[in-house]
Amino acid sequence: MIFSICVYAAPYSSQASYSAYQFARSLLAQGHKLHRVFFYQDGVFNATKLATPPQGEFDLYEAWQTLAKEHNIDLAVCIAAALKRGVLNKEESVRYQKEANNLADGFSLSGLGQLIDAAVDSDRLITFGS
Amino acid sequence: MKKILLVSRHAPYGSSMAKDAIDVALAAAIYDQDISILFMDDGIFQLTKEQNASEISQKNINAMLSAFPLYGVEKLYFHLSSAIQRGIKIDELALDNITALHDEEISTLLNSQDQVLSF
Repeated sequence: MIFSICVYAAPYSSQASYSAYQFARSLLAQGHKLHRVFFYQDGVFNATKLATPPQGEFDLYEAWQTLAKEHNIDLAVCIAAALKRGVLNKEESVRYQKEANNLADGFSLSGLGQLIDAAVDSDRLITFGS
Repeated sequence: MKKILLVSRHAPYGSSMAKDAIDVALAAAIYDQDISILFMDDGIFQLTKEQNASEISQKNINAMLSAFPLYGVEKLYFHLSSAIQRGIKIDELALDNITALHDEEISTLLNSQDQVLSF
């Protein structure tokens, strides 16, 4: 079965992002396909490369990137939600004349169309953090 | 084309849930999907008349909702019990092209969809 996952909540403040990650790992382990993870609302904070969890705590940021690399998964971040929360890739930081960018490797900024596309192309769309 | 139901369950201004749901509904309409929207729980408060969000530097949610038909979003529903629980009468709703659903009709609506997006 083809799954997509939506993440609406920030990491650490709530369990939602970590549950989404565990769900992704589980469905892949059972032989299903993960088409896309879409980060919306505060979920975009999963995509910053500046976050530095303390040693001994699970590093969810790195875990997403490893997952994307291992299984070639599309980690799509809503561009409007990201820009207003200060999550920018290099291109956007140049466009808006900001002095830094912080979108981690493996994530891409894209529009809400990618969420609709995920709904259309997947058998199941599972939301975390609503 | 897929049948997508968007369930909106949050009050209009305390969080961005209501507005973010509207953005998703419009995206679905632009991508020519068969979109329906169901307001339930505190989502009912989005439908009330005479909102004045400019006081908190925001846009009126009910005004955004009334623009839906322009974008081809015409299947609008609300959960009747949620409205009754909150003391909101049908003639107090800002939209007149919205259908009231009883509890058992909610499950029929959910079962008829390909995907459900929850906000």
